[in-house]
Amino acid sequence: MKLEVKQLSWSIEGKQILHDINLQVLSGEFVGLIGPNGSGKSTLLRCMYRVLKPDSGLIILNGKNIWHLSAREMAQATAVVLQEASTDFDFTVAEMVLMGRNAHQGLFDRETEKDHSIVFDALVQVGMNDFAERSFISLSGGEKQRVLIARAIAQQARFLILDEPTNHLDIRYQLELLELVKGLGVTTIAALHDLNLAASYCDRIYVVNNGTIKAVGTPQDLLQPALIREVFGVGSTIETDPNNGKLHISFFLDGGIGSKRNSLAP
Amino acid sequence: MTNLIPKQLRKNKQQRYKLLMVAMVVILLVSLTLAVMIGPVLIPPLRVWQIALSQVFPNVTGDWTQAQVQIVWLIRFPRVLLAFFVGAGLSVVGVIMQALVRNPLADPFILGISSGASVGAVLVILFGIFSFFGVYALSFGAFLGALLAFFVVFFLARRQGHLSSTRLILIGVAVSSLFEAVTSFLAIKAGSGEATRRVLFWLLGGLSGTTWTDLILPVLALFLGIGYLLLQTRSLNALLIGEETARTLGTDTDRFRKQLFFVTSLLTGVIVAVSGVIGFVGLMIPHSVRFLVGSDHRRVLPVSLLLGGIFLIWADVLARTIVAPEELPIGIITALFGAPFFIWLMQAKGGGK
Repeated sequence: MKLEVKQLSWSIEGKQILHDINLQVLSGEFVGLIGPNGSGKSTLLRCMYRVLKPDSGLIILNGKNIWHLSAREMAQATAVVLQEASTDFDFTVAEMVLMGRNAHQGLFDRETEKDHSIVFDALVQVGMNDFAERSFISLSGGEKQRVLIARAIAQQARFLILDEPTNHLDIRYQLELLELVKGLGVTTIAALHDLNLAASYCDRIYVVNNGTIKAVGTPQDLLQPALIREVFGVGSTIETDPNNGKLHISFFLDGGIGSKRNSLAP
Repeated sequence: MTNLIPKQLRKNKQQRYKLLMVAMVVILLVSLTLAVMIGPVLIPPLRVWQIALSQVFPNVTGDWTQAQVQIVWLIRFPRVLLAFFVGAGLSVVGVIMQALVRNPLADPFILGISSGASVGAVLVILFGIFSFFGVYALSFGAFLGALLAFFVVFFLARRQGHLSSTRLILIGVAVSSLFEAVTSFLAIKAGSGEATRRVLFWLLGGLSGTTWTDLILPVLALFLGIGYLLLQTRSLNALLIGEETARTLGTDTDRFRKQLFFVTSLLTGVIVAVSGVIGFVGLMIPHSVRFLVGSDHRRVLPVSLLLGGIFLIWADVLARTIVAPEELPIGIITALFGAPFFIWLMQAKGGGK
């Protein structure tokens, strides 16, 4: 499963949000998107899962333009885990995960034992099998997110899109969640706001700023104080953790409070 | 086999659901019988079904009078059945609208769809438009009115692809008031007492004078509508979670939404054409049903249909008995139960946030 984004641009009401984006996710890769709030990460992902139609440019999934696929074919190929939106309607955890099977069922099909065992296996994988008949909205943020991952697993898509999956989660859940996704071995692209998490889990990282790709590379090559200062407006110290060889980034404000923000203000 | 326990849980749940459905069908049959029995002339339950059978199978005979046949078969049966189909239809429309706008407070009455339909119907009565549709002109006018109101509310409430609950309800209420004002204005301007009376009927709803022919269109629309919807339960579930989610799960939401617009407007239109504006059924029935069986549309749709039908059968019985020999508009009865329920809902669930 390989995804290519070619010269993609997207605008709303005359305002250019994404400009000439080129990006590749290779088979089996875990690719991160980082960038400040409002940089266009989510918009780019929404183009990839086909909720937004680009003004120009192409998104090619395994050699096929995604806009030439039916909604069903698209969902069979790509699973998406969105930031959890609040809902007034309650489903059980099992019902929630079963929705991952929608794209595999025809108009007159009823779900089979096979669908139910796929759902159950997905719940086992995320450690939520004891919660199958629990109400989804009664779960904690971390549990909900794991259920949504289970739904993506049940969808059996070979390409996974995650939009800030660790938002609002306790640190333990953040690590568990990314560990879980990484363990699936599915080709993945994820928008992440935590640079340390991105550094530990991504094979490659794209930096998005002001709607363009600012830089790309492996965490070690890419994450340098100069780039972080330019994109995020903070100073940073980057060390390699002697215990596990992972990057560790700490941040500080250089030039005093508000110096960079002022220069960013319109 | 670790799969054993969830399988058992699922089976138990399925069993409970089947039990509920059987219970509802029994309650429906009892309600039907009682509702036909009750009236100025009390008809014994056995007689009700004997007469019904004799109408279907001419070889069934008995010692009942022609007057009893008149009352049971020509007056009460069509009316009670229509009450069932109207209640069932309004509940189903409520379920679909709530999924469509992802808001538990949506219903054809609150969002102004019913008032839109009544404007269409009233225009047909007063000005005779769509007369080329013959007896179905009224239904067609109501359908167009409903469709128009739905589009207006939906697109005004949407901003940059997002549907805000508050905006939706506020715009729905505004559109509803507007259409009601138009209907009242037309009623008063119509001048003649008869026309005014007929138009006012649409504002409060009622099932008096129902004949068998009144049943044809609502029953047809309901069967087609529910048949289509039962095939779409998975997409409806996904839509309830969110439009983007529904897309990522494989539903072509643009097309699906259009189809739902059409189905809900059609159902609302044909129902309003025969019964007028009956509020709150589409709100309180789906809600009560979700408390009983959860949000899965595979269960919500059939149970809502039955519960809504049963509820309206009884609402109609009350409407024609409380102040007998006069009749109350049925909308008064449903509002009497519906409005307190709505208030309780706002309090308990923090709706409209």
